[in-house]
Amino acid sequence: MGDLLDALSVALKAGLGFQAIFFGLLAIGINVQFGYTGLLNFGQIAFAMLGGFGIAVSVSQWGLSFWVGVLVGLLAAVVLALLLGLPTLRLRADYLAIATIAAAEGLRLLFRSVSATPVTGGTRGLAAFNRDFIALAPWETGKRYSFLGTTWSGAELWVMLVGWVVVALGCVLVWLLMRSPWGRVVKSVREDEDAVRALGKNVYVYKMQALVLGGVFGALGGMIYAVGTGSAIPDQYQNANTFLAYAALILGGAARVLGPVIGAMLLLFLIQFADTLLRTLISNGVIPEGLFTATDVAAIRFVLVGLGLMLLLVFRPQGIFGDRREVMLDAR
Amino acid sequence: MPADPTPHGATASGAGAPGAGDRSDAPGGFHSGDAPRRLAQAALRDLPWEVGVAKPDPAVVVDGVTRTFGGLTAVSVDHLEIQRGGITGLIGPNGAGKTTLFNLLTGFDQPDTGTWSFNGRSLGKMAPHEVARLGVVRTFQLTKALSRLTVLQNMLLGAQDQRGESFFRALVPGIWRGQEKANTEKAMELLHRFKLDTKKDDFAGTLSGGQRKLLEMARALMSDPHVVMLDEPMAGVNPALTQSLLGHVKDLREQGMTVIFVEHDMDVVRDISDWVVVMAAGRIIAEGPPESISQNQAVVDAYLGAHHDAPLTVEEEDQVLAQAEQAIAREEQTDGDVLSADTRPERTDR
Repeated sequence: MGDLLDALSVALKAGLGFQAIFFGLLAIGINVQFGYTGLLNFGQIAFAMLGGFGIAVSVSQWGLSFWVGVLVGLLAAVVLALLLGLPTLRLRADYLAIATIAAAEGLRLLFRSVSATPVTGGTRGLAAFNRDFIALAPWETGKRYSFLGTTWSGAELWVMLVGWVVVALGCVLVWLLMRSPWGRVVKSVREDEDAVRALGKNVYVYKMQALVLGGVFGALGGMIYAVGTGSAIPDQYQNANTFLAYAALILGGAARVLGPVIGAMLLLFLIQFADTLLRTLISNGVIPEGLFTATDVAAIRFVLVGLGLMLLLVFRPQGIFGDRREVMLDAR
Repeated sequence: MPADPTPHGATASGAGAPGAGDRSDAPGGFHSGDAPRRLAQAALRDLPWEVGVAKPDPAVVVDGVTRTFGGLTAVSVDHLEIQRGGITGLIGPNGAGKTTLFNLLTGFDQPDTGTWSFNGRSLGKMAPHEVARLGVVRTFQLTKALSRLTVLQNMLLGAQDQRGESFFRALVPGIWRGQEKANTEKAMELLHRFKLDTKKDDFAGTLSGGQRKLLEMARALMSDPHVVMLDEPMAGVNPALTQSLLGHVKDLREQGMTVIFVEHDMDVVRDISDWVVVMAAGRIIAEGPPESISQNQAVVDAYLGAHHDAPLTVEEEDQVLAQAEQAIAREEQTDGDVLSADTRPERTDR
């Protein structure tokens, strides 16, 4: 019983920590692009990497202030969105998907390459760029605080506080936009572009705005991640994260304001819970050594989470917040 | 080839009929009488029934427009004028280029050559949304209801110049709330006219095919268009709803809009058009008032000739039967000879 409680508290920590914020912001961005506008961005992690490295390079390499770094990161994400969108948004949806997935992989390889090492630090990446930010915390960052059976360092709590405020502001922004006529146009673009064109709306501009906005959310997520880990390493930004963010979005419910946030929290909670529980069961001998060992847990937990997602899609395809009637219309 | 270029009063006799139809078809619709129809029809009455004839007051003028897909010439129109305030029917067999012409006129496709204009403004090189903003709005052959939006949201999308559709102004509801309210009232009025007001909060994807056609037409009207292009508005709609759709199309004319529509049902075309344009293989082969079309040999050839799959008429059946009998008689004479090409009609024997 005590083991179970321990596992729960560890999982709770994962569901509230900066990683949940990271995936939450990624998923909010994907929600704007995919959930509302119908754009397939399979390279959201590239925007996150530009956000993280925007801060890291600006502070560590160019000696600029932290906040200039934030601006650099956001600007880089906007530029990437424009570059990806300009040639592809006039074409069918698949072209954007191909371009984004290639950009995500290509940028990561570029950032870790030898020739980029003077700027990005290559495979070792950059560190020690978040001191200015941590120093802003109104409490002592070195001490450890505990609540609900979890313990956090002061620095962690500060990153979390700022991160969740950013998430909340992001949700308010999405909520405001999606209840406005702008949101109506964007949702209509998802349903049928030509119908929207025939009614006098410049579909291209709306798609571009959605792509940029989603990319900015991705960059913010990358910044939280970089600040939370205290380092920016290109290989942290594997494109698998994009798909985990998609999973979080679908788990929570696409085209719902809180869907991506709750989805990300729950996804990280479940992954960590499965991880800790399996390890405990193995060490207690409940799961025999012959079946699998502690080294297999990292893989097995994803199998379990994957199974859970499959069950979700069978029994609740709309996710936690979605509207079943709405999702069922797709079947036509 | 064109039929008798002097219309002998056939058009004038048709003018009385639509009034009666209007009343039964569109209760609660416009009651401004059928004067505009008479205007458009009167204006077109004395025109010769010739391809490319100049109209007294053209809203849309097409000149030398061609569009080829590889080796296939989909559209090749030398000159076409569409009378303002009238209903122009565009007919032709499948693959005649009607929808392609629609796509060209509304900016959804770009032609290889040619110019076309609306109210004297050239529409060349214009994107679809720019054409729509000028007041030329279209519907689609395959209905494009926005499934996962409610019926009311579908309608509101049609309104033009919405302040809240700009990204930054969308964030301040105070800027667009008043306009939104006015648009909603207008939308509800239109929905009431199209008898969709009880469905306003349903997802458009739950509507039946006919209701979607109605919704698409109503949505197009939200933009207060000058020209309405309807691509097969009656296709796949049950007869009762067809009557109500017809009423709505006539209403558009009563309100002074120019209507261009593609349709296969000749009864519909005869009932509501002031002028009919016939296309075949990308070209316009005939124009004239609806009464003139069935007399036109080029139309009969193009429309019923190559793609003729209608049931045989009595005369044709007699003809085939006679041929078959002849063939049998000949065969009896030659007595069990090898089957020749002449004997093929035998298979139609019953």
